Amino acid sequence: MSQPVELPRWMDIGLLPIVNLGLALIVCAIMVAVVGLDPLQVITLLVKGAFGSPAGLSYTLYYATTFVFTGLAVAVAFHGGLFNIGGEGQAMMGGLGCALVALGLGDHLSAPLLLPLMVAAAMAAGALWGAVPGALQAWRGSHIVITTIMFNFIASALLAYLLVNVLKAPGSMTVESAPFPESAHLAGMHQVLAALGIAWPRTPLNLSVLLAVAAALAVYLFLWRSRAGYELRAVGFSPDAAHYGGIRPRGQVMLGMVISGALAGLVGINELAGVQHRLLLDYVVGAGFTGIAVSLIGRNHPVGIVLAALLFGALFQGGAELAFEIPGFSRDMVTTLQGLIVLFSGAMAQVAAPGLARVYGWLRPQPALPATEGARGG
Amino acid sequence: MGVPAVRMDGINKRFGAVQANREVTLTVAAGTAHGIVGENGAGKSTLMSILYGFYQADSGTITIEGRPARITGSREAIALGIGMVHQHFMLVEPLSALDNIMLGAEPDWRLNVARAQVRDKLDALMADTGLQVRLDTPVEELPVGERQRLEILKALYRGARILILDEPTAVLTPQETEQLFVTLRRLRDAGTTLLLITHKLKEIMALCDAVTVMRQGAVVFDGPITDCSLDQLAEAMVGRRVHLGREAGARRATPGATLLAAQGLQWRDAMGVQRLADVSLTLRAGEIVGIAGVSGNGQSELLEMLSGMAQPQAGTLSLGDGVDDGPAARRFGPGRWLDPSTARRLGLAHVPEDRHRCGMVLPFAAWETSELGYQRSPRFASAWGWMKRQVMRSSTAQMMEAYDVRPRNPELRASKFSGGNQQKLVLAREALAPEAPPKILLVGQPTRGVDIGAIEFIHGRLRAMRDAGGAVLVVSSELDEILALADRVLVMDRGRIAGELAIADCTEAALGRLMAGADAGVKAAI
Repeated sequence: MSQPVELPRWMDIGLLPIVNLGLALIVCAIMVAVVGLDPLQVITLLVKGAFGSPAGLSYTLYYATTFVFTGLAVAVAFHGGLFNIGGEGQAMMGGLGCALVALGLGDHLSAPLLLPLMVAAAMAAGALWGAVPGALQAWRGSHIVITTIMFNFIASALLAYLLVNVLKAPGSMTVESAPFPESAHLAGMHQVLAALGIAWPRTPLNLSVLLAVAAALAVYLFLWRSRAGYELRAVGFSPDAAHYGGIRPRGQVMLGMVISGALAGLVGINELAGVQHRLLLDYVVGAGFTGIAVSLIGRNHPVGIVLAALLFGALFQGGAELAFEIPGFSRDMVTTLQGLIVLFSGAMAQVAAPGLARVYGWLRPQPALPATEGARGG
Repeated sequence: MGVPAVRMDGINKRFGAVQANREVTLTVAAGTAHGIVGENGAGKSTLMSILYGFYQADSGTITIEGRPARITGSREAIALGIGMVHQHFMLVEPLSALDNIMLGAEPDWRLNVARAQVRDKLDALMADTGLQVRLDTPVEELPVGERQRLEILKALYRGARILILDEPTAVLTPQETEQLFVTLRRLRDAGTTLLLITHKLKEIMALCDAVTVMRQGAVVFDGPITDCSLDQLAEAMVGRRVHLGREAGARRATPGATLLAAQGLQWRDAMGVQRLADVSLTLRAGEIVGIAGVSGNGQSELLEMLSGMAQPQAGTLSLGDGVDDGPAARRFGPGRWLDPSTARRLGLAHVPEDRHRCGMVLPFAAWETSELGYQRSPRFASAWGWMKRQVMRSSTAQMMEAYDVRPRNPELRASKFSGGNQQKLVLAREALAPEAPPKILLVGQPTRGVDIGAIEFIHGRLRAMRDAGGAVLVVSSELDEILALADRVLVMDRGRIAGELAIADCTEAALGRLMAGADAGVKAAI
């Protein structure tokens, strides 16, 4: 029979995700074995590819940076009771905002002025793309899940139109903007470390990774230390109680979506200012959707999201390495592993909980019964 | 006396660290009405859930009509002749009464054939028991009393010889309650065994042949009703002497200035149903005004309008002196209505009817939820918008001390407190507002889901607020509570104030007549 069981906090936060991850890996190992490969070899290569070398580690961190932004975006909206599926579109618009500033002002400003402006523009554009569905939900009751999905398509179409008709470099055959001027390049990590006298391979990892750490800290402070975060969480948990508490739900919907969109918009900084140095089509490649999984597995908490983003970054990088090293091992297998992790850690996160609780019940010392004085009086 | 209908022996049941049932032994003689009373969390609902198969006992045996039984689900319970009428009815509202009874027990796959067969049986059953229900009416159109008869009929149709009723009178008027008891007595005399879970001791005295009192999971009293008095039962339940109701030498109310005056409040819901029709009332300093009525007759809506949670379509509201903003800022009409944060600023505090939905944010820690509504107070937030978490924690600790909230742990989630302690926490927050104590306190269902010990405490606090010159409005569906607290009683019926009585003129009969709309010349459909 099902009973209301409760795990102690350390098991709920620490042990359960590890158990879920382990289950996903076991199922994946079985699949790898069925395909005729050695699971142990695959997992070793995966881990080695992701963390085994400075270059591998850098790629892992670079991917993780993007996932931290989109994961935080999903989490902030989620705490306000909003399921923002539009991270993809908001990230695209963030890139557009960052590119417009870089292309328009790049020749007039130096890097220390230009880069903060690009960050602000990326956040503002992402925020705008989150704010419109937010407003539609707050004042017109259009469901945020539907509108944010639709806004992904609109963003994609808008970007294609602008690139083909407006921003394409004259005479170029590829659908991409002119390259950003030098002052709009965010320093790569290898450059920064070289300046400090440390040799580091050239990888896409750039200073955005520090921005991601700062964003995670800021989200924590906002949600749990500020009054605005308190009000947002109150609305997310209980709109009626929030209304009773004098909090206007509409304002909170807007706030949640604006912050969420701004965080997603930062993807543009990592990908465009940090790596591509130009605006192109489809540079977000599903990171907005991966952010949903990252937030889910990270329990919507910044620390969890950073860890989950690292996991997904490692899967991306290690998976690419695997496809390269083992003939016959396709990227699809890595995608399958990701799917299994989302399944076990997200959708079925609580499946293992009753079993764990039972084991815990056997192992822990029996607590003393509540006071029984007078229980047999009368 | 023969074989007992139900015998439960040495029942133990534990949920985590809580021992919900401790060596419980219960014997119910066949063809009697047996009451089970206890405070919230005393284990009576757990015991009945074990009997009905929702839970399995950790140890202990159950014997039904002399045969040992292993009840692992409601299906087994029904097969053994056990029926249950839940406090919240388990009915499909758009379906007719007949279809509800038939649901899951259709005798034929052709519904018209099945309906004809069921109808024949039900007609006989209704004639035998006196449980009259309009079988072809959709449940959503049936009044509450009739829905309850439908639930009982459903259990009997499925062959229940042992009927468990969980708080059956919670939603009924005194007259409906009386009618229910007539029916139940008739059922009992025809041989049905009744098990009645309730916290209303008067009903136990009126209906039952025997009573079992539970406290902290164990049986503390068990015996025939003739052996005990109301006071003894109450004492057994709580474990000490309690005093509910009006004190003999209660301080007379000395009402002062009018602090709240509402005129002609009107409200129609989204479906166009008139929920409030021309409601006017005043609230003066130093009095407790009680709003009585059967649930769903506009009391909730009235409370929402007065507290600023919702806006009426017509009517005005003015709040009395004591604020510096000038009189215009304290007058409200349809164009500019009160909102919850303005209400708090003007010294109007509100303990909402549904503390789980509105009164607290259940997943929040106690210290977070006990500043809800006052989070913008400079005491709790810095100019830059950071929460002063230490101040909030210590403020919550003080509230817990002053209102005896247990456990005194500001870090505990709000949802983990018992109903009584949650209510104390909400009341403490509203009564001890950070800037200045409120002048007006609106309280909805002050003691719903609250145990007797806490009821006494909460009533004491409300009287203390009144004596300190506060204006208190109490909306309650418990007549006893209204009678114990109020200085003046307004009765609501179908969105109107059906009448006003000074407390000296209040009798249950008089209130019941107003509640049932008898004075308006319209008898509720039966």
